[in-house]
Amino acid sequence: MVETGHFALVLAFALSLVQTVVPLFGARLNNQRLMAVGGPVAVTGFALTALSFAALASAYASSDFSVASVWENSHSLQPLIYKITGTWGNHEGSMLLWVLILTFFGALVAAFGSNLPATLRANVLAVQGAIGAAFFLFILATSNPFIRLNPAPIEGRDLNPILQDLGLAIHPPFLYLGYVGFSICFSFSVAALIEGRIDASWARWVRPWTLVAWMFLTGGIAMGSYWAYYELGWGGFWFWDPVENASFMPWLAGTALLHSAIVMEKRSALKIWTLLLAILTFSLSLLGTFLVRSGVLTSVHAFATDPTRGVFILCILTLFIGGSLALFALRASRLTTGGLFQPISREGALVLNNLFLTTATATVLVGTLYPLAVEAFSADKISVGAPFFNLTFGPLMVPLLLVVPFGPLLAWKRGDVFAVAQRLMVAFAAALLATLVTALFIDGASVFAALGVGLAVWLILGALTDLAVKSGVGNVAAGIMVRRLLGLPRSVFGTAFAHLGLGLTTLGIVGTLCFGTEKILSMHAGETVELSGHTLRFVGLYPAQGPNYSEDLGRFELIGVSGSPVGEISSAKRFYPVRQMTTTESGIRTIGFSQLYISLGDEGNDGSVVVRLWWKPLVTLIWGGGLMMMAGAAMSLMDRRLRVGAPSRRRKQASAVPSATLP
Amino acid sequence: MTRKQKRLSVIAGGLVFLGAATGLTFYALGQKASFFYMPADLTTASVQPGQRIRLGGLVEKGTIQRGQGATVGFSVTDTHKSVKVTYTGILPDLFREEQGVITEGTFGPDGVFVADSVLAKHDERYMPKEVADGLKAKGVWQENKSE
Repeated sequence: MVETGHFALVLAFALSLVQTVVPLFGARLNNQRLMAVGGPVAVTGFALTALSFAALASAYASSDFSVASVWENSHSLQPLIYKITGTWGNHEGSMLLWVLILTFFGALVAAFGSNLPATLRANVLAVQGAIGAAFFLFILATSNPFIRLNPAPIEGRDLNPILQDLGLAIHPPFLYLGYVGFSICFSFSVAALIEGRIDASWARWVRPWTLVAWMFLTGGIAMGSYWAYYELGWGGFWFWDPVENASFMPWLAGTALLHSAIVMEKRSALKIWTLLLAILTFSLSLLGTFLVRSGVLTSVHAFATDPTRGVFILCILTLFIGGSLALFALRASRLTTGGLFQPISREGALVLNNLFLTTATATVLVGTLYPLAVEAFSADKISVGAPFFNLTFGPLMVPLLLVVPFGPLLAWKRGDVFAVAQRLMVAFAAALLATLVTALFIDGASVFAALGVGLAVWLILGALTDLAVKSGVGNVAAGIMVRRLLGLPRSVFGTAFAHLGLGLTTLGIVGTLCFGTEKILSMHAGETVELSGHTLRFVGLYPAQGPNYSEDLGRFELIGVSGSPVGEISSAKRFYPVRQMTTTESGIRTIGFSQLYISLGDEGNDGSVVVRLWWKPLVTLIWGGGLMMMAGAAMSLMDRRLRVGAPSRRRKQASAVPSATLP
Repeated sequence: MTRKQKRLSVIAGGLVFLGAATGLTFYALGQKASFFYMPADLTTASVQPGQRIRLGGLVEKGTIQRGQGATVGFSVTDTHKSVKVTYTGILPDLFREEQGVITEGTFGPDGVFVADSVLAKHDERYMPKEVADGLKAKGVWQENKSE
């Protein structure tokens, strides 16, 4: 089985070369038969990669320690779920997952792209094949997951205990679906540059792919953030760690792309900019892969540091980013530019959004790469952390968030800010009220906290105002209003949901950062502690045994108003003997949208235990907002204009019904 | 305004915005980036009390003192020099004697380093990269320590 997987991987590499060369020449020579090769090859390549991945997964599931990768990252006593997710909990396996998703997207283009112009489809598949070829070669040359050990060890070295968590089942696949999903936008852009023209089908295809990639990337980042929050025991949801930034940069650029693609689709303006943004977004995904996988950064994600890998990925990076940007420089002037437009209009607002988001991406990029640059060119070692990002990223985000509610309410072509402001009066008044109430009635609220709450309320109600205005609240009878609301295009709901999610995330961040409380103390069994109105009693430490670890379970009782316990929270120190490693399992109790968070520290000499407690108000909204944004993207994808998988029908409809559904 | 003037003002506005963002970024890099030092570096580098730095090295054997409550004192050493550090909070799970750590914080007036964060390795195989590089540079690195 393992050799079959290895062989399939080599075959998939060979096919990716065919997929790169043959359709490209076919498009050059305008030879239909050569171009038609791309589709079946892409689908077969995906099938082979899936077979290869399945072979590795089955080696992990059956604890076949004759495979080096399994031996290094698995253990026979691990629960089955972690044996399987361990397939991508290491460098080699995660790269295999990367190419699996890449070939999956290529196969989707092949399967659903039958109505694309033949040359565009051939070129897209060729570019997709080239990316695949580079990464297949990378895997086979530097990170082969199928290398055998002889003699086979009896027992494995266990998966890093931090990764033995359900988060590993969701976070990497979602993140990669996002990262790699942007490769489609990239391939479409490069294909357009190769052909030297952007036709209508280009614009129609790029937006749904961007939406899909963005949706998964949002989910991947939100999941990663929640995972770090509960697993590391530090109680933080975002650390501005370079590895987090590596996933955040494509997200910011992808968000900009999502918005500029709307302008391109509706008004056929900003074509060249959108194309460049698509290239940049995937370039940032590649950069993220490089930063995480090359070992230039030390983090929980850097599974192994092998300098040849870093150099190899750097070469891939240079080839694709340099190549596509060079092609852009050569060909962009040939592309027809779109029309100009008024600054005060929907498209003007979207340009403003792009200006802020790309600048924010650039500041994150500078902050992430600056330490590496300093270290490369001098002996100094510096780190750029939260203080830098708070000072640069924060001031860029606040004005952007302030204007978000205006965007969807502005008309295309020529908008009227005053009319929009009038419609937003209710939201504004409520936001102001929320600010005042926070400042006056909540103890210990700073000016920033009050303004933050106001901003979040403004975003949330602004998103709802958009729906209300478009369904005619106040102007028409309730029955008509409901019918109008239900009849609104799905993409209007998508926008409203995504912006609402943004507001919820903002509220969660403000709540946690400004109103959260924290206590560090050493406790004896039986002692009680009070935190923000919650009384906790430390019951004691209890040893327990897990399948591949032993633990000291610290049990706490939440004491209700009546003085009797109303719930239990337990936090543990786990010891994994195989890796000689200790982890902290945080104890979390969700109360409404807020959480009580307990983390155990070391045991003192006198039998006391250091305990760190947090009260995190509204913290779950941070990730709930992320889910809401995903729901928004899913809604937009269901819009009739964009329905993936039904492009041929949509095409006819699109020409029959011009996009007059929106004002 | 004519069309041309309008366009120019939009472009000018964009440039002013980008200029401001660039300026802010470089200002922030100058102000907020924190330098990494090993204990022996501190004799040559001038670090003011209150200046935020990151201090890395090995936790010196026999120096870990658990005092009142959750405050812990220990020394960070690069085998040439060592520096006293205090920290209030929960130490990372992989914090042990003779292991690499990076602490972040400021020097108090008494010359004791007050850390507000302590990072140890992420798993048992690796040492923080800066510490490993620093130890290699000082010639006290032993290859077998990394495994």
